Amino acid sequence: MAITVKIPAQLRAATGGEGEIQVEGSTVGEALDAVFEQYAGLRERITEDGTLRRFVNVYVSGEDIRFQDGLDTALDDGDEVTILPAVAGGA
Amino acid sequence: MATAADPIEQVKERIEMLSLEAAREEIASGAELIDVREQHEWDDAHLEGAKHVPQAELAGKIEELVPERDKRIVLYCRTDNRSARQADILEQMGYRNVAVIKGGITAWTEAGLPVVATLTPEQRTRYSRHTLLPEIGVEGQLKLLNSKVLLLGAGGLGSPTALYLAAAGVGTIGIVDDDVVDASNLQRQVIHTTDRVGVPKTASAKQTIEALNPDVKVVEYNLRLDASNILDILAGYDVIVDGADNFPTRYLLNDASVRLRKPVVSASILGFEGQISTFIPYDGPCYRCLYPTPPPPELAPSCGANGVLGVMAGVMGLLQANEVVKLVTGVGETLSGRLLLYESLSTRFTELKVRRDPECPICGENAPEIAPEDMGKFPDYELFCGAPAREPSPAA
Repeated sequence: MAITVKIPAQLRAATGGEGEIQVEGSTVGEALDAVFEQYAGLRERITEDGTLRRFVNVYVSGEDIRFQDGLDTALDDGDEVTILPAVAGGA
Repeated sequence: MATAADPIEQVKERIEMLSLEAAREEIASGAELIDVREQHEWDDAHLEGAKHVPQAELAGKIEELVPERDKRIVLYCRTDNRSARQADILEQMGYRNVAVIKGGITAWTEAGLPVVATLTPEQRTRYSRHTLLPEIGVEGQLKLLNSKVLLLGAGGLGSPTALYLAAAGVGTIGIVDDDVVDASNLQRQVIHTTDRVGVPKTASAKQTIEALNPDVKVVEYNLRLDASNILDILAGYDVIVDGADNFPTRYLLNDASVRLRKPVVSASILGFEGQISTFIPYDGPCYRCLYPTPPPPELAPSCGANGVLGVMAGVMGLLQANEVVKLVTGVGETLSGRLLLYESLSTRFTELKVRRDPECPICGENAPEIAPEDMGKFPDYELFCGAPAREPSPAA
């Protein structure tokens, strides 16, 4: 399944500036693994021992996967996976 | 049998005419108070607790409004002619307990008794584009004029928010910022000016706001928000707008606003992107439901270190002002339960759902009750966030 993974500004140093990455995967975990294969530096930034680090929110079709099946959340063709850490900037 | 053609003095002889003092007692003891004047007169000023039913509509609406024929009803108009005629008509309809305020609202105001504040002629002109909107009207504008909004930061977000809330007639704007205007701020912090570099941001913002709208009272908090002062500062405000530039302040604000049950309009910006949501304690999620823990410092760059598109900051600040107007006037649908992302490079908005987290340590079902004596005690947020509290001033 063709999935678009969206990378926020503060993680783009690990993707060479890419904000959207096209991958294949049938779950969020598979899609993220496919991203990590291309951009190894991203893995340790947002995961720890195979699970998402707590400050990272991941959304599929506008829903937080925390309230679904986590990394096992199923994906449909064309889904958009949004990775979103908190941002503090206001000035 | 009385008719509408009776000379008004004959009508008044049949009606119970209340002195101002008697009327105040009747109102205080629960009489149904009805203003029978026209809309524009009501808009000018009216008595607190009154219902507005123009005289032409009263006979048709009274049975719905007051089904009991014995209920005490007090009518008033500008003097007392219209209200006396209407009282006469109500008595003919079988209402047995109707009275009129002698001298009407004219006598009331001449005696220096309070009326519900309303728009001055200058305000009617200034806010006419608001009052023309049926969703806002004079009533909504009065709510704005009576509202108190606290802005955290007079920076990239707070500057446009403050300008537009001031223009909208928010009556009291508090501004918390301990920084001074720097030349590098002027690319986006539009409330400040070139000749005010080096001036405290709160003073600079106050100067701009007062030149824009004399209706607005600006309260300066030229300080840094911390656990020792936050409850006292927040307590006086209806809505808090979070444009802080660091995580410790954002978590402190969340925890304090949940304790005080104050709504927070929260936005953040970085590079070309912004996010915004509205947190209404116990009604919707809080900041910690969305972000239980902050990112480590290396993943939390500041605008000073990373850069930020000034126009994008303006868009986000105005989305915050838009949320404030809705919260104050009660119209529309806020961003409670929704996180809106804005990507300025592609001009795309994305909406994400934010749910209340039952496990939230602050507003969740199992969150500990906070005893009154512990209200002002907060954890060490700088330790919690694992970072220095803020970047060196004035790089923000």
